[in-house]
Amino acid sequence: MISQFFVLSQRGDNIVFRDYRGEVQKGSAEIFFRKVKFWKEDGQEEAPPVFNLDGVNYFHVKVVGLLFVATTRINVSPSLVLELLQRIARVIKDYLGVLNEDSLRKNFVLVYELLDEVIDFGYVQTTSTEMLKSYIFNEPIVVDAARLQSLGPAGIFMQGSKRMPGTAVTKSVVATEPGGRTREEIFVDIIEKISLTFSSSGYILTSEIDGTIQMKSYLTGNPEIRLALNDDLSIGRGGSSIYGYRSSSESGAVVLDDCNFHESVRLDSFDTEKTLSLVPPDGEFTVMNYRMTQEFKPPFRMNTLIEEAGSLKAEVIIKIRAEFSSSITANTIMVMMPLPKYTIRYCSNCLYHLIR
Amino acid sequence: MAPPAQSQRSASPSQPSGKGEVSDLKSQLRQLAGSRSPGVDDSKRDLFKKVISYMTIGIDVSSLFGEMVMCSATSDIVLKKMCYLYVGNYAKVNPDLALLTINFLQRDCKDDDPMIRGLALRSLCSLRVANLVEYLVGPLGSGLKDNNSYVRTVAVMGVLKLYHISASTCIDADFPAMLKHLMLNDPDTQVVANCLSALQEIWGSEASTSEEASRERETLLSKPLVYYLLNRIKEFSEWAQCLVLELAAKYVPSDGSEIFDIMNLLEDRLQHANGAVVLATIKVFLQLTLSMADVHQQVYERIKAPLLTLVSSGSPEQSYAVLSHLHLLVMRAPFIFSSDYKHFYCQYNEPSYVKKLKLEMLTAVANESNTYEIGLQAKMLSWENLDSVVVGDLVSVTELCEYAANVDIPIARESIRAVGKIALQQYDVNAIVDRLLQFLEMEKDYVTAEALVLVKDLLRKYPQWSQDCIAVVGNISSKNIQEPKGKAALIWMLGEYSQDMHDAPYILESLIENWDEEDSAEVGDLISYVKGRSYEKFDRYTGLNVLVRLHLLTAVMKCFFKRPPETQKTLGAALAAGLADFHQDVHDRALFYYRLLQYNISVAERVVNPPKQAVSVFADTQSSEIKDRIFDEFNSLSVVYEKPSYMFTDKEHRGPFEFSDELGNLSMGAESTGTVVPAQRVEANDKDLLLGTSEKEDSRGPSTNGSAYSAPAYDTSSVSASSQMLSELVISNSTVPAHASQSSLAIDDLLGLGLPVATATAPAPSPPSLKLNSKAVLDPSTFQQKWRQLPVSLSQEYSISPQGVAALTVPQSLLRHMQGHSIHCIASGGQSPNFKFFFFAQKAEASSAFLVECVLNTSSAKAQIKIKADDQSASEAFSALFQSALSEFSVP
Repeated sequence: MISQFFVLSQRGDNIVFRDYRGEVQKGSAEIFFRKVKFWKEDGQEEAPPVFNLDGVNYFHVKVVGLLFVATTRINVSPSLVLELLQRIARVIKDYLGVLNEDSLRKNFVLVYELLDEVIDFGYVQTTSTEMLKSYIFNEPIVVDAARLQSLGPAGIFMQGSKRMPGTAVTKSVVATEPGGRTREEIFVDIIEKISLTFSSSGYILTSEIDGTIQMKSYLTGNPEIRLALNDDLSIGRGGSSIYGYRSSSESGAVVLDDCNFHESVRLDSFDTEKTLSLVPPDGEFTVMNYRMTQEFKPPFRMNTLIEEAGSLKAEVIIKIRAEFSSSITANTIMVMMPLPKYTIRYCSNCLYHLIR
Repeated sequence: MAPPAQSQRSASPSQPSGKGEVSDLKSQLRQLAGSRSPGVDDSKRDLFKKVISYMTIGIDVSSLFGEMVMCSATSDIVLKKMCYLYVGNYAKVNPDLALLTINFLQRDCKDDDPMIRGLALRSLCSLRVANLVEYLVGPLGSGLKDNNSYVRTVAVMGVLKLYHISASTCIDADFPAMLKHLMLNDPDTQVVANCLSALQEIWGSEASTSEEASRERETLLSKPLVYYLLNRIKEFSEWAQCLVLELAAKYVPSDGSEIFDIMNLLEDRLQHANGAVVLATIKVFLQLTLSMADVHQQVYERIKAPLLTLVSSGSPEQSYAVLSHLHLLVMRAPFIFSSDYKHFYCQYNEPSYVKKLKLEMLTAVANESNTYEIGLQAKMLSWENLDSVVVGDLVSVTELCEYAANVDIPIARESIRAVGKIALQQYDVNAIVDRLLQFLEMEKDYVTAEALVLVKDLLRKYPQWSQDCIAVVGNISSKNIQEPKGKAALIWMLGEYSQDMHDAPYILESLIENWDEEDSAEVGDLISYVKGRSYEKFDRYTGLNVLVRLHLLTAVMKCFFKRPPETQKTLGAALAAGLADFHQDVHDRALFYYRLLQYNISVAERVVNPPKQAVSVFADTQSSEIKDRIFDEFNSLSVVYEKPSYMFTDKEHRGPFEFSDELGNLSMGAESTGTVVPAQRVEANDKDLLLGTSEKEDSRGPSTNGSAYSAPAYDTSSVSASSQMLSELVISNSTVPAHASQSSLAIDDLLGLGLPVATATAPAPSPPSLKLNSKAVLDPSTFQQKWRQLPVSLSQEYSISPQGVAALTVPQSLLRHMQGHSIHCIASGGQSPNFKFFFFAQKAEASSAFLVECVLNTSSAKAQIKIKADDQSASEAFSALFQSALSEFSVP
């Protein structure tokens, strides 16, 4: 159970502040912000998402630069509260269409309305966008989505965020289209994060795929949806070491190490037909998360070479080679190379080769 | 209805100074209050919005209370909601004005629209004004019976709010009983879940004063209720599922088949996308199987994949929470993740708090690789590979950190420490020593400093490595080391190994010559830190510099005894400089050495340079008792903070079901049963107390375990048993409950709920001459203190009856049995065939306590008892009592 919930802007202003139990002092937002801002004097470490200060536990998650914070004096489950904060952010986004400081400020009454129904006296009541619909009476004031800075696919690599902030869809679940008609739409995103480590000789040391299937449904009447996955998909590696020797390329099968599903997903025909059936609830939600360490062909290969070109100069050559067919285009490719802080100057040369 | 012009800006106000705007709002609200013109609601909305936005940014708008209430007469639900929000926020500071709102709230509670009824009821209960509680009882009573489930969910929470405003009003109105009825009968699962939360809170805090409430609290853990909720778990919302699972984790099943039933039922919860549900399920699995080591083992295997998925699928914040739990698990069972170590490699864009935990995971996983004995040669080989991979990776982390030096220095430090930790815990440290020595050769200031500290610790533990280390350390110029910690480590090594390091005396000599530099450095630091106004750091800094000088003195002394002719002059200079030092400690140490040398050189040598024993365990490792407490509080903040909850929560803010908290400070007799439950589950792995975990898990043959859960003979519904023990009445004529209902998944019979289920069996004979206090209280720290202080007054060996041995397959039953004889358990552990228990008891009329250590061996059927007592004379009588109690112990 939580005591307070609040959203702070990057500068530490209260955008929304809701006290559910009156157990924590009113100034908690300020105390929290100061602590997070100056976690370590050298500024080299971020504040952990959970910490205790004078008997008050502060939880926070960062979503699009905003701090979603909960406080409590009770020893609660940290994953529950952190999950809840994340979910509240998502519900708010469902209703506002766009989640940022501006939209929150414009719609704070709607947000209070949501918060009243999501949590009562510190206990979570519901976070289902659909169930909340019948309790919400404010119309969202739609913020121009164009003003939202585009993260692009590179947003995945932004510090701290593992997932893209959902789809590009910025439509509120309660707003009606100008013509009074609603369009029958459903958006399904498959987002995969591929982590690879290459040795200096280009040999793959580690490889992992973390994937998620996200859905955002605007279908009326909540029809059942069936989602068919690869036929040759299988889950789990039979208890053997997942780094054991098994040539997966022979069978061609896709072996997921593990996965989990949204609670609306029914797995009746999953084993036989690899089909997920679900009645999609309103709003954005994760249908499935999965994780794979099976060997796979990486989309890119990388070679690096570092040479000392004089006592105060180094030359770094990074070769990145796309391993997919030329009919596929990779949209935004960003190469980041951290440099020592005493680097005075760098110059870069990009050479593109089209290999047929 | 055109909105007023100012509406465009109303939602995002610039920070107003307060006063002027508030009085402005006041007059505007006044104007609108009586108005009935069309469009007035829109103007009101804008004004209300402004008020609420002021409220949010912390401007006091409580002076508008009257006007807000006057404006609240409206049918517009958005306005109503804003008004309710406002009233809820300020009613507490305006109790008189709050009375004004009662009227319209009460009227709304009878509205036709269930939505309005619910909202009004919620706001009514949120006023938090004590003298208005009389107005709450009526609406709450009808709210609980409302035919709309929304109103009922609100009403249930309302009861809890009422309880917090005025507990007596809530109890007197018999609301808890109504909640209990709803919990068992309501078709809406959210109502049920709210009832459960409310009752846990209400009975939890009533339990300390009311016996009935504590009994009621126990029934929340009764088999019928737990099964009823578990059977419906899929109907609950994901958050309510967590609540039910938390409850189930406290439930003590009566036999093995029940455990498997529950686990099978909950198996698919591990695939839930909500990490909170998964962790709560894991807690149930871990707690249920504590007494069944091989199943417990399987649970570890089963939960591995879902946990790793949670780490990689959630936000970094969620990964952090899950990683903390993984770290706890890996400390208990390091081998489970040994093949998955690659998951804990840091990715460069992760926040530092995640990286730090991942490094700790790598350390923990690597720890075990050599100490844990694996029979198979193949596995052995893979372990060795693991080391080099892990270490290799850590090195790559440091290399990476060099490049990202501005961000990642702390991580680089952590990783060097991690390598050191791995080295300190393994027998084959060859490769790692090499690695550390390579760190030294990297000539990075902070790397060298951290590495030197580690090499020093390594040498203290493995003196046999001195040759290799010294060769490298000797090449390091002390001038290159800035950090005092590293410098001190180097100086220690110079002193300790001066016989092997050719120029040790001369290095020391040059250091002494720069004695004042240590000071001047300090002054420089002082200036820079005072400028930075960071006094705290300054203190630390000077402290360390003092450390360097202290180390220098000792090192010169050591060197002197090993190579007198070369060091004599240096020693003189060092002592002189030390005596002139302004720091008290340095001065005193120099003086002490000086006088010691004057008095007797050989004595001085024995003091300064005694033969040293290798350190086997460094003192900063956590005690196993603490670790077990944290494990009992799995899926809570304790795991993240690595502290049991009593260390960071106040007594009144403990969770509703956190019995275990009270172990730290037992105060209520009624609660002692509750505290014993987790205590029994303790599987301490302190070597002195018990067998180590790894050994346990390793040596476990199927033979010992088969019996652990296939012993149907033991059939006590432990909940009813404990609820029974709660009432002190029962203790004098203790009856063993024979709640015979066998486990089956679909228990619908709830009639038994709340009714006493004890059918009498043979009453225990009343204890002889010595009378014990049935509600004895002793907190663990006092116990430990007493145990250390008191001499053993009696040491005996009894033999146990075969029935007793059989019953010991479930050690918890012994604790319950002994408690029936007013002998309380404070800690227990061990695995078949050896069990160890610590009991205590108190005399009925005096506070004199008896402490017992009892080691039971089931294979030899012997019990070894050590008794310590405040009142030694009574220990004979107590021993007799203990023995008779023990002899009666058998399968019930």
